[in-house]
Amino acid sequence: MKKKEDTRIIVGMSGGVDSSVTALLLKEQGYDVVGIFMKNWDDTDASGVCTATEDFDDVARVCNQLDIPYYAVNFEKQYWDKVFIYFLDEYKAGRTPNPDVMCNKEIKFKAFLDHALSLGADYVATGHYAQITRDRGHVEMLRGVDDNKDQTYFLNQLSADVLQKVMFPLGHLPKSEVRRIAKEHQLATAAKKDSTGICFIGERNFKDFLSEYLPAQPGKMVTLNGEVKGNHDGLMYYTIGQRQGLGIGGPGGPWFVVGKNLEDNILYVGADYHNDALYSDALIATDINWINEQPTEPFHCTAKFRYRQNDNGVTVYPNQDSTAKVIFDQPERAITPGQAVVFYQDTVCLGGGTINEVIKDNKVLEYVG
Amino acid sequence: MKAIYLDHAATTPVHPAVVEVMTASLQETFGNPSSIHSFGRKARQELDRARTIAAQSIHAHEKDIVFTSGGTEADNLAIMGVAYHNQDKGKHIITTKIEHHATLHTVENLEKQGFEVTYLDVNEQGYLNIDDLKAALREDTILITVMMVNNETGVIQPIKEIGELLQDHPAYFHTDAVQAFGMLEIDVNELNVDLLTVSSHKINGPKGGVGFLYVQPKITLTALQHGGGEQERKRRPGTENLTAVIGFAEAIELAQAERATRYQAYQEYRDTFLQIMRDHELDFSINGEYSQRVPTIVNLSFPGANVESLLTNFDLSGVAASSGSACTAGLWSLHMY
Repeated sequence: MKKKEDTRIIVGMSGGVDSSVTALLLKEQGYDVVGIFMKNWDDTDASGVCTATEDFDDVARVCNQLDIPYYAVNFEKQYWDKVFIYFLDEYKAGRTPNPDVMCNKEIKFKAFLDHALSLGADYVATGHYAQITRDRGHVEMLRGVDDNKDQTYFLNQLSADVLQKVMFPLGHLPKSEVRRIAKEHQLATAAKKDSTGICFIGERNFKDFLSEYLPAQPGKMVTLNGEVKGNHDGLMYYTIGQRQGLGIGGPGGPWFVVGKNLEDNILYVGADYHNDALYSDALIATDINWINEQPTEPFHCTAKFRYRQNDNGVTVYPNQDSTAKVIFDQPERAITPGQAVVFYQDTVCLGGGTINEVIKDNKVLEYVG
Repeated sequence: MKAIYLDHAATTPVHPAVVEVMTASLQETFGNPSSIHSFGRKARQELDRARTIAAQSIHAHEKDIVFTSGGTEADNLAIMGVAYHNQDKGKHIITTKIEHHATLHTVENLEKQGFEVTYLDVNEQGYLNIDDLKAALREDTILITVMMVNNETGVIQPIKEIGELLQDHPAYFHTDAVQAFGMLEIDVNELNVDLLTVSSHKINGPKGGVGFLYVQPKITLTALQHGGGEQERKRRPGTENLTAVIGFAEAIELAQAERATRYQAYQEYRDTFLQIMRDHELDFSINGEYSQRVPTIVNLSFPGANVESLLTNFDLSGVAASSGSACTAGLWSLHMY
């Protein structure tokens, strides 16, 4: 085992409070800490303001406070190729992608990890709320203790090999404690607002952003009985279970998105939060990553279908081609193709995949296509 | 760990003799050079002396020297000052794609205001072909701005040839000589340049506060800032940064006096550096190798190496180098190639 001062940990720093405290905690523990800022997106706006520059300024300020070296690395091309193209393709296919999952898989824990290793890093650390346990070479990823902040959902594509080289120093802390530490040490980012939404869209209007890249095709909003309720602005703007922004007035509501018909450009809507059409009993997941050993037999565990939802009991029927059929203990509402399904055994994250098809009564639902 | 500084094109350490004269100035000369009492006259005397040193270094007259806050301001003043004053004669400006951002961003800004800018390419050796410039010249061209030495490759541009070419064209000729000054002999009359930029902190003078612009006497500039005084003959009003100017003048004198010996020493350093890398059989090539270059800058390619990893690793091992002058969000970026 290397001595701490000889163990180089490269911290992925965003200029936010979480990664700032990550660097602080590791520095306090005596490691050789280096901060690196990733520039993944050219977000220079019309007035020439680039939030990346401002964020890097914050990284610089914090690293100077901690007296650690800091650098930046440019992954704009990799991000575009691996994350943004995927993001657009999924929307084109009428699905609801999860770019954060892809960014972790392809950028933060691949391109960035490789970069860090080329700089002599023993570990890469980030401010994610997740925990890693190491027991004689066996690693597991556990949920962060802050239930509200747990980010294992977004980290489901990391392999044990990758996790061997990763640290999540915030995983055992509640967010409030992270803020408190930042404040106590008067870090420059202590009071900085948490970023929300998809990083490359930022505070902008999602519809406006997407319309810059994909042509929108307005069409009809129809109930499953064929009753036309209005017009939609383009199927890509809607996700399953969505209530806001439908603009359907009158009696019988509130109305929800219950399906999409890509071929005929129809958005299906239905009344009532608990509309029967929103419920399913199984799904087919693809691109499954099992963090440790790939299961061969069906097994029971819990699964999360969206970030910040409770997980519920499921039985997983794994296949050898990284797919699985997942049967729910109870019917689930608004399972959405393109989102991740992530499996847990108690607090241990087993891995996850992409929701590809949603099934009810052995029939694939017409959510897409 | 001993740190090795290989980024003198970005900035240089301040010479001890410069520190000395600046310290003395801070302690002794606090007057405003525009005041007419004895304190002011003392300051004015120092300023005049500095101006003479600056002028002599490029064979110009004192009245032709405008002290500015640095190279960027001098470039801005030269380009915008000429463009605004001559826009009724034409709105066409010629520059190169390899200029410093102080020039490029200034002409881009003028483009937005209705000026037309031609950006000339350089060849693979980083050298401007004079024929390209000749072809781009138009009747309504009012300004040509081409740097004397490129800050990323060290390649010396054909300034004298451009000056000659423009002898029978009314356009003004500005050159950013920030990287050339102190290495090359500069005579504004021989080079036929109308405006020339020099910065203090590239020649062991103080940083972030002083430079000068040479302005050929027949040229009128539209001033970019306005103030109560008539400092720098109204071309740059505002109380002079006297202490920095004094330090700058000291650095100019040193650079002039030691130019030949420094040139030779830097050439030896560079050759030794390259020889050691060859001895270690490192795979590299020299960009601009077959052009005339100053010995202070060497631009290398390492095939297959990731420049971000390379430079970060250099720095983590205590070696400071750059892949270019442009620094966007801390990236080791290069705007030339």
